[in-house]
Amino acid sequence: MNPFALIGRSTMNLLAHIGRLSVFTGTALAAIVAPPIYWKMIGQQIMRIGYFSLPVVGLTAFFTGGALALQIFLGGNRFGTEAVVPQIVVLGITRELGPVIAGLMVAGRVAAAIAAEIGTMKVTEQIDALTTLATNPIKYLVVPRLIAAVLCMPILVAIADSIGVFGGYVVATQSMGFSGGTYLKNTVDFATQADIVSGLIKAGVFGFIIALMGCYHGFNSRGGAQGVGSATTSAVVSSSILILAANYLLTSLLFSQ
Amino acid sequence: MTPKIQLIGVKKRFGSKVVLDGVDLTIEPRSSLVIIGGSGTGKSVTIKSILGIIRPDEGTILVDGEDITHIKGAARDRVMKKFGMLFQGAALFDSIPVWENVAFGLIQGRGMKRSQARDIAMQKLAKVGLTADVGELFPVELSGGMQKRVGLARAIAADPEIIFFDEPTTGLDPIMADVINDLIASTVKDVGATALSITHDMASARKISDRIAMLYGGKIIWQGPTADIDKSGNPYVDQFINGRAEGPIKMAVKA
Repeated sequence: MNPFALIGRSTMNLLAHIGRLSVFTGTALAAIVAPPIYWKMIGQQIMRIGYFSLPVVGLTAFFTGGALALQIFLGGNRFGTEAVVPQIVVLGITRELGPVIAGLMVAGRVAAAIAAEIGTMKVTEQIDALTTLATNPIKYLVVPRLIAAVLCMPILVAIADSIGVFGGYVVATQSMGFSGGTYLKNTVDFATQADIVSGLIKAGVFGFIIALMGCYHGFNSRGGAQGVGSATTSAVVSSSILILAANYLLTSLLFSQ
Repeated sequence: MTPKIQLIGVKKRFGSKVVLDGVDLTIEPRSSLVIIGGSGTGKSVTIKSILGIIRPDEGTILVDGEDITHIKGAARDRVMKKFGMLFQGAALFDSIPVWENVAFGLIQGRGMKRSQARDIAMQKLAKVGLTADVGELFPVELSGGMQKRVGLARAIAADPEIIFFDEPTTGLDPIMADVINDLIASTVKDVGATALSITHDMASARKISDRIAMLYGGKIIWQGPTADIDKSGNPYVDQFINGRAEGPIKMAVKA
């Protein structure tokens, strides 16, 4: 095949994707402010996106905090700075690892579930059926998921932050000989409001990305089971990449004085 | 009298593939029109264009004389309240019980109280021959024929002025197909609705229509009263209704 044709085609495809995604995002944002608001659906999604993600987010945060403490201790040992474990753990968790780990875990759980559910509704004409029942599918399906994800992610990350710090605390006090009181005092004295708030802002943005990607790929799935499968994969991959890219962007924005 | 639905020169293409190439169609109030045609001739696209799920590239679509081709948002929602539709695969919402499926348009679309909507849903279920205990089941627990009945009950729940039927008998055994045909014919009369159906099942088409139109090559190539379909004099129609492989219609069969 002509290589130029290939380059041209993939460029056009990419642009078409960006265009469709922009239109989809615009429609969804406009639908958030327009009545009616489906409160029951929002509540249901808060349960699914927020509440049921708690175990997964909590466990990963705990082990991440523990591993982080261990690495800092072992690394710090080389030049005698192992005493800074509590400070680095709280900084690393609240600023970076808490939101990113929670974001990626929720992306795997929730973006996939959203894309699979909406994709199945799409290929079985349930979304068309909503239209014929005088119900706007964007308002009924997309808006509640967006609202729930943006509300839930900061709460999940706040919990992940606490559990992550606790994971570091457990490892430091059990196997490194830190005294519990000193560890906590150093943690609390060192962490600033900006460290925590920046992580929560990131979390809100990640929540938006996760719900948007799940819905977008679900709505654009074609064909049967295979189409739904690839929509699910695309939703997880694209939301993970966008989370990491947005994380870099937000870090540089939030911490550039 | 203003036609209930009128399509004027509706065109739609996907990429380089022209699906509708100037469709003109008029449906009188309280009549039942069936569009016949082979697979992939644009029957579904025609229905979806009227519903606004697909936007035609050219042409005009009028409902009760009102141009609805390009309306959106609240105006579209208002017009959609005139419609009910039975989907090919029933398209029931699998996360909610049967009665809520039937009551969906009343509760979500029209803001009716749940208890009142539930009563109406049960009446409509009775109308399509289902008992109240079916209302408590979930769609996956039903057979194909029962799902079609629930789909029909949902389509008529809000007493629509216009009902669309997309391949109502596809995937059903001949007896169940005939039961559904009878139900469609009687409920449409009951509700006093205008019906537009698409099918390639001629037995069904004859039973539920008073007019038939044939879609071929993106255009309506013949239309007339159902009684005249056997003497249309149109070789395409003759080939289709008799189901012959030989004739002017060539099927694209990949080698």
